[in-house]
Amino acid sequence: MNLTLKVWRQANSESKGKMETYQIADVSPDMSFLEMMDVLNEQLMTQGIDPIAFDHDCREGICGMCSMFINGEAHGPDRLVTTCQLHMRKFNNGDTITIEPFRAKAFPVIKDLTVDRSAFDRVQQAGGFVSVNTSGNTQDANAIPIDKHDADKAFDAATCIGCGACVATCKNASAMLFVSAKVSQYSLLPQGKVEATERVMNMVKQMDEEGFGNCTNTGACEVECPKGISLENIARMNREYLYASLKG
Amino acid sequence: MTLTASSIGRKVAMALSGIFLVLFLTQHFSINILSVFSENLFNEVSHFMGNNPIVQFILQPILIFGVLFHFIMGFVLELQNSKSRKIKYSSYKGSANASWMSRNMIYSGIVILSFLGLHFYDFWVPEMNYKYVEVLPLDPNRYFGELVHKFHSPFRVAIYALSFIFLSLHLVHGFASSFQSMGINNKYSKTIKSFTTFFSVVVPLGFIFIALFHHLN
Ligand code: SF4
Ligand code: FES
Repeated sequence: MNLTLKVWRQANSESKGKMETYQIADVSPDMSFLEMMDVLNEQLMTQGIDPIAFDHDCREGICGMCSMFINGEAHGPDRLVTTCQLHMRKFNNGDTITIEPFRAKAFPVIKDLTVDRSAFDRVQQAGGFVSVNTSGNTQDANAIPIDKHDADKAFDAATCIGCGACVATCKNASAMLFVSAKVSQYSLLPQGKVEATERVMNMVKQMDEEGFGNCTNTGACEVECPKGISLENIARMNREYLYASLKG
Repeated sequence: MTLTASSIGRKVAMALSGIFLVLFLTQHFSINILSVFSENLFNEVSHFMGNNPIVQFILQPILIFGVLFHFIMGFVLELQNSKSRKIKYSSYKGSANASWMSRNMIYSGIVILSFLGLHFYDFWVPEMNYKYVEVLPLDPNRYFGELVHKFHSPFRVAIYALSFIFLSLHLVHGFASSFQSMGINNKYSKTIKSFTTFFSVVVPLGFIFIALFHHLN
């Protein structure tokens, strides 16, 4: 396949970026999107052009690093995949593909397509944990019986890889899907219930301070999330937050 | 906490005020539809609503507050949200993952707000004037005539119809969405969604029907 790529180039966080156009030939439909980017970068280097910076790590859909906004959608046109899992067969010969970084005030661009998602880390640090005594005789988690239904829901929430596609997709750049997944994965389990009140209050507070937008229930996040995190989690977080606020 | 200090608080406030306005709409519709069936009944109920002190001095101010709150909050949210992404995407496929209604609540809201302006001018201002400024004598039979009179002009009927289409679009997303905001997303959600969609289509259509009915008669 021969493709035209329109890519956001920005030298550093201070500089003003712009879209650049590149041509790429002989792209195999079996390549992943990131492999195509690798080929493009090799081509750029031989031409003496600075290669395009983009985030990636595992390249198998588990780390959440690959963060491109492709043709107007986070992680491109496919569903339930990250960019590294997106194949070039989803595109056609002659296509023009627009590639931009995830955009949100809370995710500033570092360079080209890489963005700083440490806002998520800070939200996580504000309450996304359970306090356990790590003295060496910590109780085995499996010793506490847990309703299968709850365990499954907690597991589903825990599959969130913190990629930020939900924020990138949301017209309001809201982080509700991510934060609600992180709240839910604990609050559904007995170990997490102990700190449930503080957790939801602190994580939501941090989320707001980071400058994410307000959720208006468009549901776009759920559609674009590579892990299929459900809006049910957002409803659960709303409930928990209301309850926690009333409790004081 | 103050309700509107956090993003979730604001979201719940939007939902509660929205539900309150939906209840009001239902009440308003129930009265208006009477005008199709019986002139006398419509006059009687309107007279009661217009002169009952609880309705006039307690419910009406609450309603005005609800409307103001909902739309001011809507603008505040829109403003904050537009600030959360400073550099816009050059290509953004909103329709790939969310409905038009959910993405354009601010625009459907603005149309409804403009309609409310017209509606106040048409009915509320003359009504207030009649009762509290000029203090004209009570006339329990004037309401039906006033209603029908307003629907003479085809232009006005067209504006009413168009506004109610936007109200319908606003409600299709907003009504169901308010349940999600209040944390209700469970096995009943499908039923809730069907009910809210039904309501959002039928009630605005009903209002359009009433306007057309009086216009054509
Ligand atoms: S909720 Fe989904 S889209 Fe959002 S960060 Fe987690 S995995 Fe990514
Ligand atoms: S590189 Fe790890 S999810 Fe894509």
